[in-house]
Amino acid sequence: MSILIGTDTKIIVQGLTGSEGTKHATRMLASGAQVVGGVNPRKAGTTVEIGGARLPIFGTVAEAMAETGADTSVVFVPPAFAKDAVVEAIEAGIPLCVVITEGIPVKDSAEFWSLAKSKGGATRIIGPNCPGVISPGKSNAGIIPATISGPGPIGLVSKSGTLTYQMMFELADIGISTAVGIGGDPIIGTTHIDALEAFEADPETKAIVMIGEIGGDAEERAAEFIRRNVTKPVVAYVAGFTAPEGKTMGHAGAIVSGSAGTAQAKKEALEAAGVKVGRTPSETATLMREVFAS
Amino acid sequence: MDLFEYQARDMFERYGVPVLAGIVADTPEEVRAAAERLGGTVVVKAQVKTGGRGKAGGVKVAHSPEEAEEAAKRILGLDIKGHVVKRVMVAAGARIDREFYISILLDRANRSYLSLASYEGGMEIEELAVERPEALARVEVDPLTGVTAEQAEAIARAARFPDELVSKVAPVFERLWQVYREEDATLVEVNPLVLAESGDVIALDGKVTLDDNAEFRHPDHAALVDAGDVDPLEAKAKEHDLNYVKLDGQVGVIGNGAGLVMSTLDVVSYAGERYGVKPANFLDIGGGASAEVMAAGLDVILNDPQVRSVFVNVFGGITACDAVANGIVGALETLGDEANKPLVVRLDGNNVEEGRRILAEAAHPLVTVVDTMDAAAEKAAELAAA
Repeated sequence: MSILIGTDTKIIVQGLTGSEGTKHATRMLASGAQVVGGVNPRKAGTTVEIGGARLPIFGTVAEAMAETGADTSVVFVPPAFAKDAVVEAIEAGIPLCVVITEGIPVKDSAEFWSLAKSKGGATRIIGPNCPGVISPGKSNAGIIPATISGPGPIGLVSKSGTLTYQMMFELADIGISTAVGIGGDPIIGTTHIDALEAFEADPETKAIVMIGEIGGDAEERAAEFIRRNVTKPVVAYVAGFTAPEGKTMGHAGAIVSGSAGTAQAKKEALEAAGVKVGRTPSETATLMREVFAS
Repeated sequence: MDLFEYQARDMFERYGVPVLAGIVADTPEEVRAAAERLGGTVVVKAQVKTGGRGKAGGVKVAHSPEEAEEAAKRILGLDIKGHVVKRVMVAAGARIDREFYISILLDRANRSYLSLASYEGGMEIEELAVERPEALARVEVDPLTGVTAEQAEAIARAARFPDELVSKVAPVFERLWQVYREEDATLVEVNPLVLAESGDVIALDGKVTLDDNAEFRHPDHAALVDAGDVDPLEAKAKEHDLNYVKLDGQVGVIGNGAGLVMSTLDVVSYAGERYGVKPANFLDIGGGASAEVMAAGLDVILNDPQVRSVFVNVFGGITACDAVANGIVGALETLGDEANKPLVVRLDGNNVEEGRRILAEAAHPLVTVVDTMDAAAEKAAELAAA
């Protein structure tokens, strides 16, 4: 097992014919994921050759699902059109929609999230502004490189893309069950808590690494969730200890406002929940190694 | 982007939120002229993007144009929590019976919007929330349906506004929602909303935060950017679409991905404690890391006179390390003599062997390649202190 995606996952790409969509669909296919088609209303009925495979292009997500049995969509549509793409995926009732696009106005994310919620959560959204999800050796829905780490017992959840890669790299000798990049925007579909809950339930995941960053209180809430509900060992890292107040650090959500959202506050909340928190990515990896050594 | 009070006032006015007349002025003479135009008692208010201006002496009541001019002399140039006052707003005076609080904001925790309202204004809202939480109504606003007339009334009632005021406050809520939705705001706050002796409800002071991601559908928002407030290096970085934040330190930092760069700042700070140096900036060059982007990034950092060494920290995920290495070598060629500070480079990930080989072969005298992030931060801090 793994969480969110597995060997049976069938992926369609919204924005497949764009340069990012094509590039990453090629990489997903190369890593063994089942990419079964794309969506582009203007090119419906055509096919494109991606990484040696000939993939059909459908006019809508609903058509693509009906024709291919797809259960996962990965969205590479540019910010101005991303909301419409996600809304379409939700209306079609696709079980998983991974939104890679960076720079989506928060109003658009709030609106598609509200819609998804009104549909009873039939569509799980990951992102936006995220690297997606990978279960090494099984499937890969997004842009996380498949070459960094093989399969193993560690579940990883992170707001940041490159920190996900860095941590997978540091822990490659132990291996990853699933790595989920949940994205750094103020409103995201899948939270640390959602991922922690899934990892707790996944028999293949033996320990969890959680990577957070400054801004908001998601890590504090995750800490409370861990205290109550997670029995597996959790090791955490929080980026941005030295970030100044009032400056947005790259991610739209990464801003310290007043006394709220600091890395120190997050670290303390996590430690109070029994989570070991590393000061650096390498120290965090060392803490995880100790979990497996004991 | 946070707006100045006068910008928020103008925006409110366009949407029919009741505001008082206000004129911006940059000199005591302009303030005097503005006070003459408005007539009667005026309030001279420092325009700074921080709270607590009243306590800092940034807001003064003036009963004549002369008094207004004197007030302006004291307020202009004042340092309020690190913000120097360059502009004031001269606002018409009003006799105030009561002060209230209302706002609409992004609620990250619930992935929704939240409206806050209190019949008991006049104090810092953060204090009110802690000390008298029962006096602060919190009502969720659904992003799809927004603040309807019924909901506006419900919010006002939840905040314990008396019946005769509900009908006056509710329309203000509806209009604030229009501002929030139409302008892609993440915060619209009126503090205080006041009941004037005249019986009118007026937004006396406002705060608006706009979503930078929504710039593409609001070309008019570009005019709201305070050019005087933008660091020249930050402006230069923005021209190249680089995500740069100037900090106060000696070790320049370049990396790919916001999380990794934040983490790099931390690692440099820890190493820097031993050498008495700190990170000079945040610079995320994104996924690409081509020679062009690397050159633009290095150019920005090397133009920071405080910078003594530069730490380039790249994890090759999608980008291959050989491309990054070529980018660094190319950037140093492009910059020529302008590249005059030591560079510590740490590469890992996709095609790292080839990347390190390219840097070794180029053997640039300024470049030191270090294998791990922690050791590289240590080296960069050491070089900055040397």
